[in-house]
Amino acid sequence: MAENGHGHGDNAEYYSLRAAAMQALLIEKGVCTLDDIMTMADKIDSRSPEDGAKILAHAWADPEYKKRLLANAEAAFLELGYDLPETSPKITVVENTDEVHNMAVCTLCSCFPRAIIGRPPAWYKELAYRSKVVADPRGVLQEFGTELDEGVQVRVIDSSADYRYLILPKRPAGTEGMSEEQLAKLITQESMIGVGLALAPESIPTS
Amino acid sequence: MPKVHDRGGWPNDDPIDHSEHEMEEWERQVDALNGVLGDKGLKNTDQLRRAIESLDLATYESLAYYEKWTAAMEMLLVEQGIMTSEEIDAKVAVLKEGQK
Repeated sequence: MAENGHGHGDNAEYYSLRAAAMQALLIEKGVCTLDDIMTMADKIDSRSPEDGAKILAHAWADPEYKKRLLANAEAAFLELGYDLPETSPKITVVENTDEVHNMAVCTLCSCFPRAIIGRPPAWYKELAYRSKVVADPRGVLQEFGTELDEGVQVRVIDSSADYRYLILPKRPAGTEGMSEEQLAKLITQESMIGVGLALAPESIPTS
Repeated sequence: MPKVHDRGGWPNDDPIDHSEHEMEEWERQVDALNGVLGDKGLKNTDQLRRAIESLDLATYESLAYYEKWTAAMEMLLVEQGIMTSEEIDAKVAVLKEGQK
């Protein structure tokens, strides 16, 4: 279990017990209930990259919606039924084009558009990505197997506790006439962070 | 020298580890508890970050993600007088006893 450097073992045992103790004390003191915690856990679990993919596929399919999404993401999310809690940090959608490729990072921590696409992947929170992506973004893209044309400008966007970014990947060629549901299958978590591109249409089974 | 958490451009030759970390139930509950405390106005993201960023370098680099959150949560709960570290120690002892 320790091979990923995720600190399983002594640290995990120590901190899991302290977390359980704090939780038990908070419940005893009437600060919150177990039900509050489990309801919140289920709510967090319910958000996933599929939600982001659905929204971004709609933007590919509907140019007017795309304009609204890029201008005011939160209002556009709401159109599709995604109501961000008041306490949620602001989310901006940034478009990747033939000229500019954007990638998101949180060099300071792990800030991520969780309210729309769920918890960040493990690598996003680790030191290697956070350190390297601003120094050598093209090298990092290569680590993800992502090739860009020489002429494409690469921009790295640093997130913060208050501002988070969702990348609208470039719509791949050969996707004309595909349904939104099909298009959403091309939009991966990596492509919404900008370390990957949307999948080519050949890569998904046609139904 | 940047502070411990300020990692942009920090020298690093490690390859990016693409493997996903399967969340343990206790980590899922720490994540949720953090959200619950946020909703109740008992902490916000900046406070959690400030606490995480106050960890010393060795601790910062050796702890896994939710271990850091747990350490930070303890700092904030104690700081706000919601509980003491002694109370947590005592509860840990009770929980350990229960595991036997």
